[in-house]
Amino acid sequence: MTGTLDSVRTATTAEDATRPAGVAATARSRLGLLALLVVPLAAAVVASVALGSGGIPLAEVWRALTVGGNDTTTVLIREFRLPRTVLGIAVGVALGLGGALMQAVTRNPLAEPGLLGVNAGAFLAIVVAIATAGAADIRAYVWWSFLGAALAAVVVYAIGSRGRAGATPVRLVLAGVALNAVLSGIAYSFTLLNPDIFDKIRFWQSGSLQNRGWDVVAGVLPFLVVGALLALALPRALNALSLGDDLAVSLGARVGLTRAGGVLGITLLCGAATAAAGPIAFLGLLAPYLARAIVGPDQRWIMPFTLVLAPTVMLAADVAGRFVVASEMPVGVVSSFLGAPVLIALVRAGKAKAL
Amino acid sequence: MTAAAERRLALPRRMGVVRLGRGVSLRWDRRSALVCGLLVAATLVLGTVAITFGEFPITVPQIVGAFTGAETSEAVRRIVLEWRMPRIVLAAIVGAALGLSGAVFQSLTRNPLGSPDVIGFTTGSYTGALIAIIVLGANYAGTAVGAVLGGLVSAAIVYLIAWRRGVQGYRLIVVGIAVTAMLESLNAWLILRADLELAFAAASWSAGSFNEVRWPVVAPVVIALAVLLPALALLSRPLKMLELGDDAARALGVRTEANRLALVVVAVLLVAVVTAAVGPVAFVALAAPQIGRWLSRAPGVALLPAACTGALLVLGADVLAQRLLAPAQLPVGLVTLCLGGVYLLGLLAREARRRMT
Repeated sequence: MTGTLDSVRTATTAEDATRPAGVAATARSRLGLLALLVVPLAAAVVASVALGSGGIPLAEVWRALTVGGNDTTTVLIREFRLPRTVLGIAVGVALGLGGALMQAVTRNPLAEPGLLGVNAGAFLAIVVAIATAGAADIRAYVWWSFLGAALAAVVVYAIGSRGRAGATPVRLVLAGVALNAVLSGIAYSFTLLNPDIFDKIRFWQSGSLQNRGWDVVAGVLPFLVVGALLALALPRALNALSLGDDLAVSLGARVGLTRAGGVLGITLLCGAATAAAGPIAFLGLLAPYLARAIVGPDQRWIMPFTLVLAPTVMLAADVAGRFVVASEMPVGVVSSFLGAPVLIALVRAGKAKAL
Repeated sequence: MTAAAERRLALPRRMGVVRLGRGVSLRWDRRSALVCGLLVAATLVLGTVAITFGEFPITVPQIVGAFTGAETSEAVRRIVLEWRMPRIVLAAIVGAALGLSGAVFQSLTRNPLGSPDVIGFTTGSYTGALIAIIVLGANYAGTAVGAVLGGLVSAAIVYLIAWRRGVQGYRLIVVGIAVTAMLESLNAWLILRADLELAFAAASWSAGSFNEVRWPVVAPVVIALAVLLPALALLSRPLKMLELGDDAARALGVRTEANRLALVVVAVLLVAVVTAAVGPVAFVALAAPQIGRWLSRAPGVALLPAACTGALLVLGADVLAQRLLAPAQLPVGLVTLCLGGVYLLGLLAREARRRMT
């Protein structure tokens, strides 16, 4: 068929050259804003610990946190809400930074772990783990999840970097659709042949922070910390990368090493986050998008802003899910319904162009 | 001017004409006819081979015997005619219907990716089936209705959101991806809330399967297609004209809006009938028209090659679904999902290579 995908290619216009630098233009205003954004994060943390089913009064929550004891309230707060909140922060940071890394490495504003098949890779790996190795808990899941996420990230990256100018945003997203189809098709084959696996995986698959204790937090936190440090160490190199490979090399950037570091970071962050909370789409799109809207294209600012914004959104979505319907809506659903409209708005505004 | 000279002038060499007299003639494309003939032959061969497969092995002479009545064993006759035949016939029909529907969509959207899968129909029909089974407690027929409604509503939503002074190809696709992602998370949640048995039933139904298909399932599909196919045949000429662009089509005397609406309705109904009968069978409507067009080297929309390719693809996928992990039976929709994904990846890779040179 001639000109197979020509019709979906997006035109690059002069608009790219005059990209606005974001709302906050000076370093001072950015620092101030960053400090200011910690307030909603703190509010989200408090809400996540204090609000939920059962309607525990604030004074009781405070007593449970500071004094302790063996009563139901204390156990509820200390063993359920507290690890849930910590995990929410960790997963939020991981998915946000993972998305930002992915967007920087592929130079593509639509790059997102959920859209590009990384979640599906982890999903398939975990299904295989349950089916063949009898993996039963998060400590067993996490390594498989890494494997799946890593393979998917490499495939996406390989597709995304083909051609002279890399992939257009739409082609990269289409590659994600294709990869998602293959991986989830195989995964569903396992689950539909075995109701046992189906039952185990459906709790993981909805993407939720519910009923995750300290053991889950401890299981994934080390990987998330390493991944986050990697993401925060890369911005200068990623900035050079955004100029294009040739220019980046002539500026002395080590392109291959930067990309490899980026893919490793994406794997650690998304693999661990997905193992712990299940597939959560769009947070990796949403948080860096907000950060870019505030500070423009400089990765040295995008990363810290994402670091603060992503967990805020994550916790807010999680708390909102507790109240939207009577029986709790998983954070994965809330995050999809928050993030998908952003993607649609991006496309309708014609902003889905190369980064 | 002699008749022969006129033909040489008017038609390229690849075209053949059958003159029926009194000003009625039939024009046909030689390569397209050859390709369709080969595809139909391949489908028949594959269908015969598919009958021989299974728990109970059956030989080709036994199949012939079952049809001619020469076969003496009642069991063999029943297995061939009542168990395995309906499955194969339905697979071919479903494939042909999906191929036709995809060809119409791709032609109307002027986009090779304009298929029901990309604009959210498949995932939406899963959501519809889940709501029907889990929330409303529907039976088999209710599930089918729910699935079709879910698919139609999602496709309409995607189309409306993507609409902004016309629908641009890439906008339609990305909006489709966004809505699909929302529906997927919704589906996962619905499955989580339901009883295991109901959830499993809904999930199995939504994978698309020909397992347990008997003639009573095939009959309504055949009846529906007996209405839809002649309608599509009548609309195929306006469809060709519409490919020239609205202005040119109007200049040629085509009522563009009325014809386009009729075509959309027929294409949607084709998918709806198939989905109601067997559940969503992913990616066939995307791949079959493209492969059919590539095989027949047609310059524009190629309905017949798309139908023949679709029939062969779905039958092949169903044979794979039965034999890949035998005796375990995979749903055919999962096989087409995987194969379709690989096909799309290949398409993107080829596109990248072409742009490099």
